Amino acid sequence: MDLKDLYRDVILDHNKTPRHRGTLPPPARVAQGHNPLCGDQLTVYALMDGDILKEVRFEGSGCAISVASASLMTEAVKGKSQAEIAHLFKAIHDLLTRADAPIPASLGKLAALSGVREFPARVKCASLCWHTLNQALAGADAPITTE
Amino acid sequence: MSGLDGSTLAAAMGRLRSDFPVLQQNINGHPLVYLDNGASSQRPLAVIEAERHYASHLHSNVHRGVHSLSALATDAFEGARDNVRRFLNARSTREIIFTRGTTESINLVAQSYGRSRLGVGDEILITALEHHSNIVPWQMVCAATGATLKVAAINRRGELDLSSFKAALSAQTRLVATSHVSNALGSVLPVAEIVALAHAQGVPVLLDGAQAIPHLTIDVQALDCDFYAFSGHKLYGPDGIGVLYGRESLLEAMPPWQGGGDMILSVSFTGTTYNQLPYKFEAGTPHISGAIGLGVAIDYVSKIGLPAIAAWEQHLLEYATTQLSTIEGLTIIGTAADKASLVSFTVEGIHPHDLGTILDQSGIAIRTGHHCAMPVMQFFGLPATARASFAFYNTTDEIDQLVIAVQSAQRLFR
Ligand SMILES: Cc1ncc(COP(=O)(O)O)c(C=O)c1O
Repeated sequence: MDLKDLYRDVILDHNKTPRHRGTLPPPARVAQGHNPLCGDQLTVYALMDGDILKEVRFEGSGCAISVASASLMTEAVKGKSQAEIAHLFKAIHDLLTRADAPIPASLGKLAALSGVREFPARVKCASLCWHTLNQALAGADAPITTE
Repeated sequence: MSGLDGSTLAAAMGRLRSDFPVLQQNINGHPLVYLDNGASSQRPLAVIEAERHYASHLHSNVHRGVHSLSALATDAFEGARDNVRRFLNARSTREIIFTRGTTESINLVAQSYGRSRLGVGDEILITALEHHSNIVPWQMVCAATGATLKVAAINRRGELDLSSFKAALSAQTRLVATSHVSNALGSVLPVAEIVALAHAQGVPVLLDGAQAIPHLTIDVQALDCDFYAFSGHKLYGPDGIGVLYGRESLLEAMPPWQGGGDMILSVSFTGTTYNQLPYKFEAGTPHISGAIGLGVAIDYVSKIGLPAIAAWEQHLLEYATTQLSTIEGLTIIGTAADKASLVSFTVEGIHPHDLGTILDQSGIAIRTGHHCAMPVMQFFGLPATARASFAFYNTTDEIDQLVIAVQSAQRLFR
């Protein structure tokens, strides 16, 4: 296994310079994610305009995989409808967990995360932000964990 | 006990390492460099063979049968208990209780001693260095009894602040529970002072010896502690077995915490008479093969000699500290004057979990995370650290490989 499969340039870049890092004031929705294994904490802010995710931000510390995944996610979901985001979520889930899944072109830059599936211990690092975004979109308040 | 000194141990390294089958493997295409001994150490062949021999030739239940196998199993099990007694220099095997491990040993004291003696206004004193297993059982007892948990502070080097400890030790303190060696930072706590201070007020002391037992010579009479807890799997023995040493007079006065077979003398529906020590605290069929394996692990360690082990490990600690310090951006967390052989560290720009994955690709096993000591991490304002923890079978070569792997992680992340 090549470490460069996991730590591709796109990932390293988004880890070093995360996009959409920060907070959004109400009425943006907020959700917190927590990975008990790493102790990583992630907060996602989502501002809706009708069915469209108008603005998105994230905050928190974590490993390169979790920060890059959150950063890539914000780029991918901004301006999308809830149905489009749900579709992406499903595609990302397959990408991270199904070794044989073909990588759909619609994933764009998110495909850089495909190396994660070779490192089962790290899948949760990449998926935490997506679960947290889902929580924010659902408007639920309870913190979400990867356990 | 004939022991080697540190340098003859180093000379015998090839032979010693060949005692450990796990160390003979490749991981991810590289010879395993096992630097996660603080989490669990590896077992020598002698221990593996003893467990096998037991399962193949001796297995039966203990203390229960007149047949030969039961007698053989009981002899082996009780022989292991005497090994533990000698290893800790306890006065009597009545003071040696087999448990599942450190965690269960501490819970035993919390549930039996704590619940029966504590009430509103009473205090339990721990330190800011504790593993979760020496925090949560006390929180549970406090919730059940109305007692209060007090915490003695540490300084930036990760040493116990004795003045904070003295200030927290009050007329309401009913028990002091502290680690002997910190698993997150390696700090050795000043347990002699702690015991003296507590005893001056008539307060008993429990020592969590999980991290001390493989490195330090433990003499419970010299330490004068009241309880000492440790796990077999951190002492080159099996998992699922551990020990609680308890001062006989205290154990005698404590109620059982679990009920069942072995812990009784007679049972009727009108009442039950509890068994004598140590069986009063060993309800149900114990982990017989685990105890026997632990006894053999103790023989193995004793043959090498803890002084030699400690000398070599201190050498490894100094070497690792010096070598890791040459890496720019690397910060060692925990710089106590008195430290056991582990190094907790962070590397600027690389999260410990990324480091763990990268080192693993070179066959190097370290621990990354909060080390079940989240309050320690919070004190240093860190979510996690990387931790390399050494056993006597580790070498300076392996530390060189660790350094090289950290540097290549830095190149990858540049
Ligand atoms: C200081 C300390 N206390 C307690 C424990 C718990 O030991 P066990 O999980 O074997 O019960 C550990 C293990 O990591 C430890 O390092």
